Amino acid sequence: MSKLPLIIKREYLAKVRNKSFIIMTFLSPILMVGMVVLIAYLTSLNDSEKKAVAVLNESNFFTADFTTTDDVAYFRFFNLDLQQSKDSVERMGYSGLLHIPDSDSLEAVAKNAYFYSKDAPSSILLDRLESVFQDRLREKKLHDLGVSSQDFARVKSKFEINTATYSGQQNIKGINEIKAGIGGAFGYLIMMFIIIYGGFVMRSVIEEKTSRIIEVIISSVKPFQLMLGKIIGTAMAGVTQFAIWIVSAGLLFVVVLSFLDLDMGTLTAGQDMLKGAAGEMAPSIPSVSKTVNLYTNEVLKIPFMMLATFFLIYFVLGYLIYSSIYAAIGAAVDNETDTQQFIFPIILPLMLAIYVGFFSVFSNPHGPIAVGFSLFPLTSPIVMMMRLPEGIGEGGVPLWEVLTSITLLIGTFIGIVWLAAKIYRVGILMYGKKPSYKDLYKWLKY
Amino acid sequence: MNSILVTNEVTKHFGSYTALNKVSLEIPKNSIYGLLGPNGAGKTTLIRIINQITFPDSGSVIFDGEPLAPHHIATIGYLPEERGLYKSMKVGEQAVYLARLKGLSKLEAKKRLKFWFDRLDIGDWWNKKIQELSKGMAQKIQFIVTVLHEPKLLIFDEPFSGFDPINANLIKDEILRLRDQGTSIIFSTHRMESVEELCEYIALIHESEKILDGKLTDIKKEYKNNRFAIGLSTPHGETLQQQLYSKFDVSDFDFNPNESQMNFTVQLPSDDSKGLLHYLTTLGNINHFEEKIPSANEIFIRTIQNKSIHE
Repeated sequence: MSKLPLIIKREYLAKVRNKSFIIMTFLSPILMVGMVVLIAYLTSLNDSEKKAVAVLNESNFFTADFTTTDDVAYFRFFNLDLQQSKDSVERMGYSGLLHIPDSDSLEAVAKNAYFYSKDAPSSILLDRLESVFQDRLREKKLHDLGVSSQDFARVKSKFEINTATYSGQQNIKGINEIKAGIGGAFGYLIMMFIIIYGGFVMRSVIEEKTSRIIEVIISSVKPFQLMLGKIIGTAMAGVTQFAIWIVSAGLLFVVVLSFLDLDMGTLTAGQDMLKGAAGEMAPSIPSVSKTVNLYTNEVLKIPFMMLATFFLIYFVLGYLIYSSIYAAIGAAVDNETDTQQFIFPIILPLMLAIYVGFFSVFSNPHGPIAVGFSLFPLTSPIVMMMRLPEGIGEGGVPLWEVLTSITLLIGTFIGIVWLAAKIYRVGILMYGKKPSYKDLYKWLKY
Repeated sequence: MNSILVTNEVTKHFGSYTALNKVSLEIPKNSIYGLLGPNGAGKTTLIRIINQITFPDSGSVIFDGEPLAPHHIATIGYLPEERGLYKSMKVGEQAVYLARLKGLSKLEAKKRLKFWFDRLDIGDWWNKKIQELSKGMAQKIQFIVTVLHEPKLLIFDEPFSGFDPINANLIKDEILRLRDQGTSIIFSTHRMESVEELCEYIALIHESEKILDGKLTDIKKEYKNNRFAIGLSTPHGETLQQQLYSKFDVSDFDFNPNESQMNFTVQLPSDDSKGLLHYLTTLGNINHFEEKIPSANEIFIRTIQNKSIHE
């Protein structure tokens, strides 16, 4: 196996020296940040546009209600009829005209009010207008019932039920979602890595086929060694890419902080103040700090070392299984356009794992679907990672489930790699024919 | 041990298709052995078995006296018919990589590459990418990479495809030089004309079976059938023609009265060329007398025809 390191090294260098790889490594974080900034900027632009609304109030109600706010400016029209108002609103380019006809009761007035505009109005603007009517109507009803608005404010109350496990451990609402979110991030990372770098493995195999070097190589090394070297080398390039991202994100953070040196000073000062304040305020609001403490405790209790370890196990096994399938597909075809029919069945379980994982693990991490998918080897790397932040053992994932899923995964890994290597071995020497599934099955017996 | 490679009844199936059927060959050391046959006959499958890319269903292969084993890879050089190099990799780096896969050290590989690059006068290609080279240039690199680890057995599958005539000659000379230095060479092709000048031994493969093998000169001797091409200088062409036709089995008769030149072919029942020549001297001046030795191509076609008649 002394040639394996040579192959890994070549595959690794071929990948990281590739121009598109270098560009993607340095460009994609910039693109990502740029995208976020752009979206934020565009959203703020969208929001900052102040809406102008004309109000033609013919009633005796709502005389003082439509006052200009941050996002809507109201202009009152007097002594105009409806048609005149509409015309002038359109000429002046206002967002619309609110027409409040006269009637003898508030309800009747509200019911007959109309909003005219050139295009369908935005839901935010309608919300603003509707809430004005709603507030007035509620106020009037309360007044009719003889309830003062102060009393009404006191009536409002909020209630959350306390939960605990049988052993008396406090449960906190939402912590399952937080945990599943953390696990989901791990699972998502695994899926993205498999799809991106599995694709790289496949393209690299296709490249060796189309450049016709494959037969030269496999007269020196075993096809299996080449496949394995390719899979490992590509994975190492991927890890390098991730490492560059993490390091550069860290550096960027430090740089940004040093630029905002002053702010950092205030930040620490603020933190000190907060600490002091918290110290003083703690006795006065015990319930709030207790909840916060519970959350932090619970998040800190997530076994990150254990998570990292299992992430590594599930990541490696999942990647090896999928990338060897990708390698086999690459070997079976002559060009990338022929890969579609074979790729779909691979993406399917990955997608299923992510979506089923998100829905079932969030709602019930111990439900039969969540358990089933975290045992099934093609989905377990993702779904089990979503469940694991709960811990292993009592209150978390039963140990037997973890062990079973890893055992199944290893078994599948051996089986799939064996099958993939067989298809690979035959496929790399086949040219000119787009194979069907039937052909692949035949190749297994060569 | 005079054979570098012996195959005993090697058989290979792909599903229901038989690619090789009990093929037994003996490839002598220090010679060029032609593996001939039309496309799809099974030559490439046999070569892949020798290179341990695929494995026979039954039969055995003996390499240099030992059963073929993985470590023999380092002593075999193979230039496949479907060949190429990594397009975006630099020439030197790629050659070193391929040499190291054959078991050379990095240092040794570089040293030998320098020798070969100087020899073929391509030293300034070292840092170029393959995609910047022409097809013929890339083929030169491919050839160097094949022979660099100084293998005992070299296998060339259609080596001259992709070369222009000048480079093809260059490579042919290199192949002959390697043979003179003691390398055994298998030369696989469906183009018979290149066989005549290079191969000492041949084997014909047809429809997955070996139908003929041996020393090329022996085979030719066996297949020659006392045909002679004759050129005579005489003004009496017409009269002689009848005389000749009555005495011998004559064909391809051609008489040019302006130049008094007569050409024809005679088929003798036995190898009594002496008697024929003696008779011809009485007719005029002989300016051409040659026994017609069948070409490899003719032998090949005849063998296949005979075979299908017997079936």
